[in-house]
This record gives sequence, C-alpha cells and structure tokens, in this order.
Amino acid sequence: MAWLLDDSRPIYIQLASKIQSDIISGVYKPGDKLPSVRDLAMDAAVNPNTMQKALTELERGGLIYTQRTSGRFISEDLQKVSAMKAALAREQIHQFLKTMLRLGFKKSEILQFMEETFEEES
Amino acid sequence: METLLECHQLSKHYGSKVALDHLDLTIERGRIIGLLGPNGSGKTTLIKLINGLLAPTSGTLLINGHAPGPETKKVVSYLPERTYFNTWMKVTDILRFFNDFYADFDDKRALEMLHRLNINESMRLGAMSKGTKEKVQLIMVMSRNADLYCLDEPIGGVDPAARDYILQTIITNYSERASVLISTHLISDIENVLDDAIFIQNGRVMLTGSVDDIRMNEGKSVDALFREVFRC
Repeated sequence: MAWLLDDSRPIYIQLASKIQSDIISGVYKPGDKLPSVRDLAMDAAVNPNTMQKALTELERGGLIYTQRTSGRFISEDLQKVSAMKAALAREQIHQFLKTMLRLGFKKSEILQFMEETFEEES
Repeated sequence: METLLECHQLSKHYGSKVALDHLDLTIERGRIIGLLGPNGSGKTTLIKLINGLLAPTSGTLLINGHAPGPETKKVVSYLPERTYFNTWMKVTDILRFFNDFYADFDDKRALEMLHRLNINESMRLGAMSKGTKEKVQLIMVMSRNADLYCLDEPIGGVDPAARDYILQTIITNYSERASVLISTHLISDIENVLDDAIFIQNGRVMLTGSVDDIRMNEGKSVDALFREVFRC
C-alpha cells in the first residue's frame, strides 16, 4: 500500500516525517532494524533514491544510525525520541491554540472545552 | 556522476516539420527520469533516435560514448508505444526470442515476474487482453540487465492495479548502474517514482530538474507545474 503523500511538499521530507512519526509512536522501537531502502521504497511506492535521501535526513537528526555492514537502526537514545515527541506535541498544540485564539476563545474557555471533550471521548 | 547519454544540438526534421530542435540533454546513471511533454512535443522522436530507429538530421547523440548502433542496442532496452510481437506467438516463443537476441536477458527474472502475475507461458498473445499483452512486453524489457531502459508510454493502456504493478516493477529492478527514461503525459501517476523530470516542448528542453527541487522551488507538484506551463 503506497504511503499517502501530498502534492505541495518535497517527497523526501514527507517520507522522513512519516518514518519519524512511526518512531515516535512506537511502530519502530529503539534499537529496531529498519527495512532496507529498497523495501521501504517499494512499500511507499517511491523512488529508492528519494527514500535514501529521507533516511539521510533522519540520520542527520540522530533518530536513526547506520551500522556499516548490517543496515540502519532506530536510535536507542530514548531521550532523543522523547524530546522529538515533545517537540511534535508542542507544534500540534501551537497550531491548535492559534486557531482557537483566532476564533476568539480565552484560555479558560479553551481549557474547559478541552476537559469536556476529553471526558466525552474517553 | 557518470554520464550515460548525451545529446548535443540534436535535431530531427520530417520534411519541413521540425520534431526536435537543437536539443541538448544529459542523462546520468542510476536515475529514473520522466520525459514529459504535450502531444507532438518530440518525446517519441527522441526515444526512437536513442534506439537507432531514426537517424538525426543534425547534431549528435551518444550512449556510453557510442552513436546508436549494435554497441548501444546491447545496452538499451526499449519498450515501444505499440506491441510488436506477432499474435501467434506464445509467451515461451517470446522468451526464446529475447534469449536469442539479448545476451543480457535474464529469463529467470522474467519467469518469476510472469508467474507472479499468473501469466501462463503457453498462452498465445492473440488470446490476451490489451493490458496483459502490455504487461508481458514490459516484463521482457525489464528482464534485461541493460544500462538504459526507454519506456514509451508504459502506463497508457493499463488499469490502475496494473499501473501500480508496472511502477513496482520499475522500482524493484532499479540499479545504481542503470537509468530508466519514461515518456508519459500521465505525470501524477508516476511522479513519486521519478528522480528527475524533463519537460520538452516543440522539440526543445524547457526545464529539467529533480522532482523534489521542483516541488521545493515551485511549491507544487510536477503535475501541477506541467498543467500550468502547458495550459491550452
């Protein structure tokens, strides 16, 4: 099944963020071996060079590392993964708050809505 | 990167009609390239020149440093727009045909792909649907260990599932030594598998670049850019 990609952003960036969110959400565990570039490219239905570029990007960020002969692995640096997770959460909340403030909600109202909705959903 | 194909001031005229007009183009190894342009822009003419089916009016075209001829036909695998197999041929006949013609033909690879698509080797081409015929031909072409694969409209007549299979085939057979040149106007279908895009119009190269660079610089997909550039 091809990965869902949008039309506006470079493909390698979208691949990198998909794998990043798979790492953060625990689809890949720390120390896991990543599938080969070719298999990942097949799975995503993209060009292997583009997948390679996405992995290089993740490597630069320290989320994955290469072991010379045996392939690529997910970082075992739990702090790095949780830092990434926190950064992603902050980004999401920031987006949400921007929208809510634009709609004219105050902090107390937003928190109250959050509480209520959370109750309803769980 | 190592150059695989080089066109310099390449022109082709059909009588007074100019199909290619002083075209300059370089293709490196290890790339999957989309040759994109509206109808009549010169895509098929360029591919036929690469395969030595047409002779240039002027200019040069070199593959691995050779002009098209027996040397280059050994390393270029060509999927024409139309099927050229006879309808009486069985899949086994075509396999033998390719084995005879091309030293780089890997019949094990071809059989594997045929089996995966449940195509029976004793089936006659005349008994196959258009889409199945196209698949057989693509399998033959991709089962060579060539340096350059030229695919002229490989996804024109097939259904979406077969199209996915064709793209998979191209990705699976990808090698760092070889390049794949795909001519098409169905860009959105193949955009994700391309490294580079070449836009041609009126026999000239309008724009070339990597797909991700184009997306980065233009903020839109190659497909969207194409529609804008070639708006009718």
